[in-house]
Amino acid sequence: MNIHEYQAKEILKKHGVTVQEGIVADTPEAALEAAKKLHAETGTSWYVIKAQIHAGGRGKGKVQETGSNGVVLAKKLEDVTEKAAGILGGTLVTHQTGPEGKKVNKILIAQDVYYPGESEPKEYYLSILLDRAKSCNVIMASTEGGMDIEEVAEHHPEKIVKEWIDPTVGLQGFQARKVAFALGLEGEAFKQMVKFIYALYDAYVANDASMFEINPVLKTSDNKILAVDAKVNIDDNALYRHKAVAEMRDISEEDPLEVEAGENNLNYVKLDGNVGCMVNGAGLAMATMDIIKLSGGEPANFLDVGGGANAKTVEAGFRIILKDPNVKAILINIFGGIVRCDRVANGVVEAYKNIGNIAVPIIVRLQGTNAEEGARIINESGLKVKSAVVLKDAALLVKEALA
Amino acid sequence: MSVLVNKDSKVIVQGFTGTEGTFHAQQMIEYGTNVVGGVTPGKGGSKHLDKPVFNTVKEAVEKAGANVSIIFVPPAFAADAIMEAADAGIKVIVAITEGIPVKDMMQAKHYLKGKNVTLIGPNCPGVITPGEAKVGIMPGFVFKKGRIGIVSKSGTLTYEAADQIVKAGLGISTAIGIGGDPIIGTPTKEAVEMLMNDPETDAIVMIGEIGGNYEALAARWIKETGNKKPVVGFIAGQTAPPGRRMGHAGAIIGGADDTAAAKMKIMGECGIHVCQSPAEIGETMLKALGK
Repeated sequence: MNIHEYQAKEILKKHGVTVQEGIVADTPEAALEAAKKLHAETGTSWYVIKAQIHAGGRGKGKVQETGSNGVVLAKKLEDVTEKAAGILGGTLVTHQTGPEGKKVNKILIAQDVYYPGESEPKEYYLSILLDRAKSCNVIMASTEGGMDIEEVAEHHPEKIVKEWIDPTVGLQGFQARKVAFALGLEGEAFKQMVKFIYALYDAYVANDASMFEINPVLKTSDNKILAVDAKVNIDDNALYRHKAVAEMRDISEEDPLEVEAGENNLNYVKLDGNVGCMVNGAGLAMATMDIIKLSGGEPANFLDVGGGANAKTVEAGFRIILKDPNVKAILINIFGGIVRCDRVANGVVEAYKNIGNIAVPIIVRLQGTNAEEGARIINESGLKVKSAVVLKDAALLVKEALA
Repeated sequence: MSVLVNKDSKVIVQGFTGTEGTFHAQQMIEYGTNVVGGVTPGKGGSKHLDKPVFNTVKEAVEKAGANVSIIFVPPAFAADAIMEAADAGIKVIVAITEGIPVKDMMQAKHYLKGKNVTLIGPNCPGVITPGEAKVGIMPGFVFKKGRIGIVSKSGTLTYEAADQIVKAGLGISTAIGIGGDPIIGTPTKEAVEMLMNDPETDAIVMIGEIGGNYEALAARWIKETGNKKPVVGFIAGQTAPPGRRMGHAGAIIGGADDTAAAKMKIMGECGIHVCQSPAEIGETMLKALGK
């Protein structure tokens, strides 16, 4: 599960990670109040206004309606309301949102942390994530803060340091020191960075995170270490033991069809293609998407109905796929194991009749337990549904439907 | 021979008396698997499906001689069940449970290190050696006995592959569903290695998905060890968008190297017969065998 920057910072702070302070607001008026409060609490007189959406690249991104960037600086209190209004309610397009962009419902009013002082402020990159090949967590750090880590990895792989954490003993002191030294820090800033890394790892483990990306981590001109931005991803499988984190879910950030599917216990991902599909099992669902592409179409979705495909789940799946106006055909691909094909076939017929008036051709491929019986039910139903038993034939039928 | 499970395997079911455990234990018994009992803490001493119920895995090992365990325990307790089985001396643990937190699996996997035990899964359909033992949730009738081994991250796609192999006039030696989670007990290479060393397996079907580097590691190992048996490969998710989780917790494209295209390219370079379409697994195997 993804959460917003302001929520991520709340979690980090609870574990002693030092962050750029800020207050969240959802109206321009509240933004001004937040700025005043922030001034009183931190003494800041410049205010960074940051759009809160689940996507990166906000600083360079543009709000379609106003032309404002997704992150702007107000150098006086009087500017806050207007600058906040330029972002709130607008549609922010960044290189990660796609051309349709994301609506900004909340902004974070944050303190200015790039103030001048005894030394130059410097940005770093820090992340913690799962290394699947080694089955343990890895800390990645780089002196190239503020840049996309993928770019650093491509052009300057030597500038990324990695430290793998043994899950049985956790992060050790020498490892935190190694990372801080590798970033070229010394004195007070070094000490603060070691503390920062410790607290960050603690927050990661305590919250069952699957990814933390702090980019940038800032060394301020007075040698403090702060998380200026924070991208946090929590392991969905562990949300049951983090109720407070689970409540941070922002449904407005998700595709409404995906939310509806979730409520029906369907695993659905919306895609941009023209052939919808409904499949049992995630691997076969991906393979079915691939078949659609090889037949000359583009998959409109990923949809795994799971092990218990029945009339109810099939109908819910149909309704969700049909809400996508791009869908020109639907391929249902069920390999019956525990699920019996005749039951699925009855489910398809029943759902079809319940919905009525389905304008797009439907291809049903049933294989496995009682496959022939399933095909007979489909063929004798009198509905405009074509059936196939072998995957290859299903592919051909998709091709015909699109021709 | 065959790998992991056979007619001599003495299987217990952890989470025996639950809905899932009961249903699939019954199916396994009907298939002919030698299920010697089950474990449900607190219900020890009773009988379920005419088999003894034990409080602990240790008791099941001591009293029933169990050496294989299949786990249907709910996600919150599944890692604990895996470690209990390993501690009790079970040799092959098959974890079916889907949705185990990554942190728990990380600990369980490290706990198993150095112990003489093989973990298959979690989030997998299990292992089947046709005609001998089904330790999983797959439909047994699809898997006709033969000499082709299958290694797969996915459930229904494994059945699809087995069905095509059988329709091509061949059969299955052992099919291993390794699971679709980011952390699994037996990655692709280790499972392929078992089948490479199995005298009853002539060729291997290796089915992967987007995400991670298990398929690439397996492909390179196959090449390094001299492509001893023909391998047919397929990677699901050629059309999956980056950054989105495709059902399985581990099926997510995180970088350039874990796309389907990247994996298929590496597999092809390592001498694996790669199918572009999941409908061509059977015929590609026939070609690979020169038939």
